[in-house]
Amino acid sequence: MHQNILQFQVASYRFLNEQGQLEQALPEWTADQERILAAYRTMVLIRNFDQKAISLQRTGQLGTYPSVLGQEAIGTAIGQSMRKDDVLAPYYRDLAAQTLRGVSLKETLLYWGGDERGSAFENCPEDLPNCVPIATQLCHAAGVATAFKVRGGKRAVVASCGEGATSKGDFLESLNVAGSWQLPLVVVVNNNQWAISTPRSVQTASESIAQKAIGAGIQGVQVDGNDYFAISDAIIKAIAKAHAGKGATLIEALSYRLGDHTTADDASRYRTQAELKKAWSREPIQRLRQYLLDQGLWSETLEQALQADTRKRIEQEVKAYLDTPPQPPEAMFDHLFEELPEALIQQRAELIANSMQTGGGLA
Amino acid sequence: MSKITLIEAVNLALHRAMREDPNVVALGEDIGTNGGVFRATDKLRERFGIKRVMDTPLAETLIAGMTVGMAAQGLRPVAEIQFMGFIYATFEQLVSHASRMRNRTKGRLSCPMVLRAPYGGGIHAPEHHSESMEAMLAHIPGLRVVIPSSPARAYGLLLSAIRNPDPVVFLEPKRIYRAVAQEVADDGQGLPLDTCFTLREGKDITLVSWGAMLQETLQAADGLAEAGVSAEVIDVGTLAPIDMFSIEASVAKTGRCCIVQEAPRHVGVGAEIAARLAENSIFDLTAPVLRICGYDTVMPYYRNEQHFLPSAALIQQKVLASLEQGSAWEDQQFEPAQPATLATVRKLA
Repeated sequence: MHQNILQFQVASYRFLNEQGQLEQALPEWTADQERILAAYRTMVLIRNFDQKAISLQRTGQLGTYPSVLGQEAIGTAIGQSMRKDDVLAPYYRDLAAQTLRGVSLKETLLYWGGDERGSAFENCPEDLPNCVPIATQLCHAAGVATAFKVRGGKRAVVASCGEGATSKGDFLESLNVAGSWQLPLVVVVNNNQWAISTPRSVQTASESIAQKAIGAGIQGVQVDGNDYFAISDAIIKAIAKAHAGKGATLIEALSYRLGDHTTADDASRYRTQAELKKAWSREPIQRLRQYLLDQGLWSETLEQALQADTRKRIEQEVKAYLDTPPQPPEAMFDHLFEELPEALIQQRAELIANSMQTGGGLA
Repeated sequence: MSKITLIEAVNLALHRAMREDPNVVALGEDIGTNGGVFRATDKLRERFGIKRVMDTPLAETLIAGMTVGMAAQGLRPVAEIQFMGFIYATFEQLVSHASRMRNRTKGRLSCPMVLRAPYGGGIHAPEHHSESMEAMLAHIPGLRVVIPSSPARAYGLLLSAIRNPDPVVFLEPKRIYRAVAQEVADDGQGLPLDTCFTLREGKDITLVSWGAMLQETLQAADGLAEAGVSAEVIDVGTLAPIDMFSIEASVAKTGRCCIVQEAPRHVGVGAEIAARLAENSIFDLTAPVLRICGYDTVMPYYRNEQHFLPSAALIQQKVLASLEQGSAWEDQQFEPAQPATLATVRKLA
């Protein structure tokens, strides 16, 4: 005789539907209207900046850039919900979260513009830099969370990745240890449906990404990641749980990558216009604006002022980026080790001499 | 002061480091209650507690990645990879993160971590437990690769590696974990990284090696002395960044160099040393640089591993042959020698 020893459930929720109408009563934290307005302003800033970054790349003023178009609510929720002394372990589409954490748009442009100073983060000293090798940052996040545990204190780590990352061992190994060691960790999966050209259905046969938490013995939840209220609510709860020493949470944020993977990609090669059009009808900014308008918290005048302010801020940051001269060539040696080993001093001098003689290597 | 083995010296250094700095933590598979499969972490758990001595899940990628995260937080994690054969899963973390965290954040974050692993053959271990792949690690910019060759150097170099503000891979020659014992004072004195150790002075030839092979190299030097050849013996110690100053200075004195490595020949650390001597010391050399290496084969299973590992007799024989060749070269007054043909090679073999 067989008996059913365990049963699992995976919750999924949202508050705001695609038309910007409430499907259920909002949680208490939403009484803070300024927080909601600030979220809206951030999302608009990020969308405008994203557009600007793409045009900078198209005009040869920025390197390859990964658009965050359509995922602004997730990053905004992460950035707003973390405490300053928490640590963010981002992937490369966490612009909104990083901007709210204190990374300047100029630093972001420097990073994608090929300058290591873009990860020097003047205003968030402990956050990890952008992570390009997929899912590797989740192991770092588990390590940072362990450090918090070793030292005591109530701090949390928020790590982020795409749904493609959930296919990697790093993702599963990190969730696994987060469960086993009860780490103060929140993992947010931006399920934007596409890993470059590979659709969600190829990554996994799992009905949800959230259920991958079950195998690790931690809590998993799915939310509409384009509903600012739902994704914020999930993150707020998960961080509070981590701060209280009650362990890790996996959050699957359903969204859609409205742009190409990066400026080096052309998504029209592998997905249909019809799918893209449908996805646009679910994007996060329009529905929050509709909600704010319906609540009488927003107006066309405020919108115009915001758009103008946002453009001005972006222009300033772009100018600061473009006005920043490149580092001297020998900078590649200067933070390789705390102190340059004697064995490399000669190579550094060679580089300087070579660059002076030839005017700087490859044109 | 009693005599201790290399593995006991590793253990002593770990105890010392954890005692003197609360930021030092240890993690790895079976390192806690079990004290490590070789007992390198014996009694650390009892002494420093479960929070600082962590048994991890069986996941090497995770171990390396968590170590990076802890180090970025200012802890000084010492992670154990149970055998070098399982270190490959850590490469993405070593190449893409540990070795470049300081550089990519312009010094904002760093990785003061040590990744320890026993390596090398000669203990009749199962498949995947005997390789010497140090060159793969030495190729990674921003990473230090340190290999001790005696209990005293294991103690001193491991302390320095843990205190170092940058990432270090510390490879322990497990063949001599318990083969030699020497008196080591637990005085907390580190030994310098990034520098060679001259183990024996000589004037006719410089023998360069590291790790367990120094046992055979020193034995060969004894044998050579009996044959009237005075060999200088250098322990490289830190393979990356490598101290070529000491090796070049020695070759300037002896005019000859023989590199002994357990690892396969192709693109090994010996190849770099030979290339650097060709660049910088060619006019000091009175004979071609000689390399005595493992073969460019898969490490044989243990029934045949002794044929893969260079012996003291082989080193001695090759060195004597090379000295004769060198003399012949001098006698010929630099007239080009006949190029070796396959037929002559076969005849010699």
